[in-house]
Amino acid sequence: MRIGDAKQSYEADEAIWTSQTQKLWLGFFLLILLVFPFVVDSYLLYLGCLVGIAVISTTGLNILTGFTGLISLGQAGFMGVGAYTVAWLSINTALPFPVTLVLAGLMAAAVGILVGLPSLRVKGLYLAIATLAASVFLHFIFAEWESVTGGMGGLSLEPAHLFGLTFQSDFMMYFIIVPLAVLMVAGARNVFRTRIGRAFIAIRDRDISAEILGINLLRYKLMSFALSSFYAGIAGGLFAYFYRVVTPESFPLSMSIFYLAAVIVGGMGNLLGGILGAAFMTLVPEALKLLTAALTPFYPNAPVFMSPMLEIIFGALIVGFLIFEPHGLAEIWHRIRRFFRLWPFRN
Amino acid sequence: MSILEISNLSLSFGGVKALQDVSFRVPENTVTTIIGPNGAGKTSLFNCISGFYKPQQGTIRYQGQPLPGSIKPPKRAALGLARTFQNIALFRGMTVLDNIKLGAHVHMKSGLLSALAYFGPARREEMAVRRDVEERIIDFLEIDHIRRQPVASLSYGLQKRVELARALAMQPKVLMLDEPVAGMNREEKEDMARFILDIREEWGVTVLMVEHDMGMVMDISDHIAVLNFGQVITEGLPADVQNNPEVIKAYLGNSDIESLRKKLNAEGEAA
Repeated sequence: MRIGDAKQSYEADEAIWTSQTQKLWLGFFLLILLVFPFVVDSYLLYLGCLVGIAVISTTGLNILTGFTGLISLGQAGFMGVGAYTVAWLSINTALPFPVTLVLAGLMAAAVGILVGLPSLRVKGLYLAIATLAASVFLHFIFAEWESVTGGMGGLSLEPAHLFGLTFQSDFMMYFIIVPLAVLMVAGARNVFRTRIGRAFIAIRDRDISAEILGINLLRYKLMSFALSSFYAGIAGGLFAYFYRVVTPESFPLSMSIFYLAAVIVGGMGNLLGGILGAAFMTLVPEALKLLTAALTPFYPNAPVFMSPMLEIIFGALIVGFLIFEPHGLAEIWHRIRRFFRLWPFRN
Repeated sequence: MSILEISNLSLSFGGVKALQDVSFRVPENTVTTIIGPNGAGKTSLFNCISGFYKPQQGTIRYQGQPLPGSIKPPKRAALGLARTFQNIALFRGMTVLDNIKLGAHVHMKSGLLSALAYFGPARREEMAVRRDVEERIIDFLEIDHIRRQPVASLSYGLQKRVELARALAMQPKVLMLDEPVAGMNREEKEDMARFILDIREEWGVTVLMVEHDMGMVMDISDHIAVLNFGQVITEGLPADVQNNPEVIKAYLGNSDIESLRKKLNAEGEAA
């Protein structure tokens, strides 16, 4: 239960975590993240890393689509740019991996700005098509620019090294991916406490009034594209270090749709929604597979029936969420929080 | 001295002449009102001043300097031309407080990197804006009880007030209000009239307003310009404008005041 909510300063009122209880829960959550790799098996660890990468990329797309209202089908392409940048740099240079990761983000951001240029003129579905074209174009470059990208065969890279440590196992990668994901989500949260985040939301809600109120539309739309693709580039770079092989087929168009679905299922314009959506989209197909395995002892034919059904069930779950929870998974969380606000008393 | 001077402004959309050779001036530190029937071109004029429409002819001078089409809307906002909109244009995804803070956007400088870290300049700047918005605007407009609410949940009158707050956060020199009291009840109208007068007197801001509520226009305006079919019919003091036969004709379709009065009286007796 929450009491004594009076603030003494604007500083305290503008804080993200305002109560002791919240800070306690946050600490508890971070502790779980820290302990997680020590107690789970390799399969869950692998999934944990995947969710971390997905959270970074989904948060990036959420900034662009959820907060700025610019629909993009280029997310996988931007991730590809990041992944290829990391792969190329780690093969051809001796740069340490934090540098290659940042360069991957910056490279993706630069490509994002280029792809975002039409956004001043077109929006909605038209912009989706423009970014779709860009993603096809990027895929073509990945496949055909053989001297740099290795063509269809792709690139293989060595594990990341730093201070004598080799980040080869999932266990080691977890300690790069998850702290980065936490940091980048926190960064996104900070942006939405400042004038830049407000400008993004203003563009989403009413772009013409936003301009008359002093927001330079081109500048902020491109900034949103750059920031979003920076996140995608970092996610792609981590992807490269995680799988240590990058091919054009690592970043298909369906991956862009995957991230768009994660943003929508989680809750557009809600950072928590992006996290929940990324986890949902990554984990539910795996959970369905586990369910099949669990059913096999009782129904020996379960894999035969279930494996073609998995995609359908997954799709139906997404449709169900859109119908019954149009504001996304984040809304469920907010309802739970409201319930416990005055608990054990009634609201 | 005139803070805003419109000279020979013409604007047309294809064959529709929205504004024809419009000239008038806005004296500094006054409440100047543009009145006129629906479709007379009042909002088009506002859009020209905001830089959203580009007039084909004529000039707009602001503080003695010309405002050519190359000065885009965001730049004009930074120069001190703030406005509210006829159909409330608040950002539905934000709280009242964030909507108002957005008004201060042009006067803030923090960049993306310091925003990501929310450290140093970005943080200090946000705090300064918060303090300014709280102490200068939210207090003045008496909206402290709703600052955390999403704007979509507010009544119409309060939404108009939040829009005014956002325009004030832009630190305007000229505040353009497009129908500030339309659709309000009497009490809300009186509040708004009081705010407008205070903004002019205490803040020294020039108010340029479009409004249909004649009672309020005549009460609080220092200077009135009348627009009809894209042309200025007359401008001057409220009392002069009120008795101008052209104005009465534009509004009532008849210049014969006496016959009108008789007609109204007759109807009154019949009822």
